[in-house]
Amino acid sequence: MSAPDLAASGLAGHVRASLMLSRRWHTAEALFWVGAIAAAFLFPRQLLLMNEIAILALFALSLDLILGYAGIVSLGHAAFLGMGAYSAGLVALHIASDPLLGLFVGMAASGLLGLVTSPLVLKGNDLTRLMVTLGVGLLMLELANALSFITGGADGLQGIMMGKLFGHFEFDLFGRTAYAYSLGVLFVLFVLARRIVHSPFGLSLRAIRDNPLRATASGVPRNWRLAAVYTLSAAYAGAAGALLAQTTQFVSLDVLDFHRSADVMLVLIIGGAGYLYGGLIGSIAFKFLQDFISGFTPQYWQFWIGLFLVLFVLGGREMIHGGIKAVLARLRALKPGKRP
Amino acid sequence: MSAVLETRALVKQFGGITATDRISFSLERGARHALIGPNGAGKTTFVNLLTGVLRPTSGVVMLGGADITTLSREARVRLGLVRTFQINQLFATMTPLEMIAAVTSERLGLGASSFSRLDASATLVTETADILARFRLDDIMDETIATLPYGKQRQIEIAAAFAAKPSVLLLDEPAAGVPEAERRELLDTVAALPADVSVLLIEHDMDIVFRFATRITVLVNGQVLADGAPDAIARDPAVRTAYLGEAAHG
Amino acid sequence: MALLTILIDGVAYGMVLFVLACGLSVTLGLMNFVNLAHGAFAMAGGYVAVVLMQRFGIPFLWTLPAAFLATASAGWLLERSVYRPMYAKSHLDQVMFSIGLVFMSVAAMKYVMGSQQQIIQLPGWLLGRFEFVGVSVGRYRLFVIMVCGALALGLSWIFARTLFGSRLRAAVDDARVARGLGIPVNALFAATFAAGSGLAGLGGALGIELLGLDPTFPLKFMIYFLIVVTVGGTSTISGPFFAAMLLGVADVAGKYLIPQAGSFIIYALMVVLLVLRPDGLFARTKA
Ligand SMILES: Nc1ncnc2c1ncn2[C@@H]1O[C@H](COP(=O)(O)OP(=O)(O)OP(=O)(O)O)[C@@H](O)[C@H]1O
Ligand SMILES: [Mg+2]
Repeated sequence: MSAPDLAASGLAGHVRASLMLSRRWHTAEALFWVGAIAAAFLFPRQLLLMNEIAILALFALSLDLILGYAGIVSLGHAAFLGMGAYSAGLVALHIASDPLLGLFVGMAASGLLGLVTSPLVLKGNDLTRLMVTLGVGLLMLELANALSFITGGADGLQGIMMGKLFGHFEFDLFGRTAYAYSLGVLFVLFVLARRIVHSPFGLSLRAIRDNPLRATASGVPRNWRLAAVYTLSAAYAGAAGALLAQTTQFVSLDVLDFHRSADVMLVLIIGGAGYLYGGLIGSIAFKFLQDFISGFTPQYWQFWIGLFLVLFVLGGREMIHGGIKAVLARLRALKPGKRP
Repeated sequence: MSAVLETRALVKQFGGITATDRISFSLERGARHALIGPNGAGKTTFVNLLTGVLRPTSGVVMLGGADITTLSREARVRLGLVRTFQINQLFATMTPLEMIAAVTSERLGLGASSFSRLDASATLVTETADILARFRLDDIMDETIATLPYGKQRQIEIAAAFAAKPSVLLLDEPAAGVPEAERRELLDTVAALPADVSVLLIEHDMDIVFRFATRITVLVNGQVLADGAPDAIARDPAVRTAYLGEAAHG
Repeated sequence: MALLTILIDGVAYGMVLFVLACGLSVTLGLMNFVNLAHGAFAMAGGYVAVVLMQRFGIPFLWTLPAAFLATASAGWLLERSVYRPMYAKSHLDQVMFSIGLVFMSVAAMKYVMGSQQQIIQLPGWLLGRFEFVGVSVGRYRLFVIMVCGALALGLSWIFARTLFGSRLRAAVDDARVARGLGIPVNALFAATFAAGSGLAGLGGALGIELLGLDPTFPLKFMIYFLIVVTVGGTSTISGPFFAAMLLGVADVAGKYLIPQAGSFIIYALMVVLLVLRPDGLFARTKA
């Protein structure tokens, strides 16, 4: 048995290296984040737009956690965005104006909602899941509308005053603090998500996504894992909602609207699911597109979104993702330390 | 006689079809047991009932003396009851390395840890490497499983079961679709399992069955037709007419 | 007394929902395809009726078959061109694709017709209410109940008694086996899709008075169609029919008796039903 042992020890090194590989930061990733910071200085007039992008990116990242890594489709993710937004808004209005407290409460409230509703997505197939999540999303909208003594109904939550971030940085009109705050939260939660998806837990999620039958036959408790990641994803969406409420100082029923859920799905479809950056890249593309189209036809922006969706699904996705993959392959080929 | 795995009057009905009909069966510790029967006899259904993929219409499944009839699939796996599938069930977007690591990490109880690194557990690394070496998957371990040829995928299917370190292993036609040359190797790997691991093999190839098994159960139309030592089964006239005869002519 | 009126209003509402949604249930059952844009056909039918009446002075009754024909042809064309490549794709892709179509149709209709509610002038004999053994019944509602009831009966006759129907049932049960038996599943589906779209268009025209009509119609009623289909299942005509009745009566009664709750009750009902019976309340349990 000594020959296989010897082979195995060399092999073990490779296995360790392979398991570590996905965790290692790539140069392109560093460039991406440096770019995000640099953008603040390069385009000081676009900070409000960039803030919106960061928040949408966080929302898409949250959807990616369940869709890209666990294979749970959802058409009602706005429920969690809205929960976070209203919670943070209410905290600021009635309790304290500290942004971090609101952020925390928003995440906790949405996470709780995710936990409570997670049994609903464990059953059935993709189709029932799409409809159940759609139903939950609409339900939350109706609820927010009906509870107008808390939510302000159609008028929304007005007069939110935010305190200084860390007691120092005032939220200014140009969105300087807002962008720094949103980008910071996005980055911290991104690093956390990155760590989680490359952990044994993350691997077990991919196992469930790829083949639930084999996953359970390998001892993976499917329902618990899915409930866990659904809760996590809900908390992330809650953070996005809280950021939205705090940086715009306003919450309306629109945060729960169906188009939010559809938009974020489109963002992820544009950017591609299952590698964490899809939501970030997708949200940049989406917002620029929106900004560009709204420039000449603000009312009919929805038409173009629809057209993009249709074209994407009909074949454009392969084209764009093929392009991204080709570029990534080029980048990788430039690097010397690739897989043996 | 110490039965590790036992069933009592296990029945599964699909609408009008009775796929398994009052099967009472026992698998001894360390057994090399074969389950044979014509197509549609209910063999796969039986394995599905044992592993919790299906819930029986009536009857009891016992593992190590404890009733596991209503236990979840993953809980059975944690008790050492592991299977392979007749039709490959793989993590298609993963590499063989990742898939074996996923199964191993679950067995080591790491699956819920969400902050630790995959490469942090030395046991995980060495045991993954060990399985990859044992099933000669090291040359393709970094390719995507979906792109591999069928024979390799079949090997991964079996390897994944071994990675779960079974005490009771249920193999549903493991050699199906495997080239003749690699079959023997595959069965050698099964034979090389520790003596206290109990194996139930479902197989149509009688050469393999008689070479492997020390005990054989024959299933026909969902019912146990015969159960006993290989030579007794080979002589059994009912088996010959109902099954072996058919196979010899077909 | 008021309760009976609510019941009749609810039945009329449910009948329209059935005509609107039955096409969706068949397409879902037949090709396992989720067409969230089904409501766009309904909206199109409604606007066809509006334009014919307002611009061309065509009487209301004649606009109904026109709405059917127009949307049926549109459905036939779209099925051949854009829908067919979608059948092989995942549910998620189908959903995103059809949401795209919904967004496009909503914006396009807003552009062409403006975003205001459309109002139509019904002929005099359909206006007003009459007393029937002490219950006040709207004439138009009675008309709708009769038209849709006749349609439902006709459909279930086609489904159960004709060659087309039996082929359709075979194909819904198992498209592969049906193909093997020589049933032209593709042609069958094109015909069904067209007819389903046409019925949606007809329902849209009939429903202007009851459901309202504006460019957001496909979004607003999407969830209603989905409820009808998911609760009613896809393998019968009676399933979606009873589901639509239930939904219609529950929605009208809920909005009348507990107006604060809005549509909350309906959505909650749907979620609960979906979780309890993911295959539909009235669906046959698969053998
Ligand atoms: N999910 C199911 N629904 C309905 N019938 C089923 C189902 N699974 C199996 N059956 C039926 O149960 C019977 C036994 O099938 P099973 O797959 O257990 O046979 P088998 O012995 O494994 O056959 P083979 O040797 O071909 O693998 C068959 O008649 C089959 O059609
Ligand atoms: Mg079998």
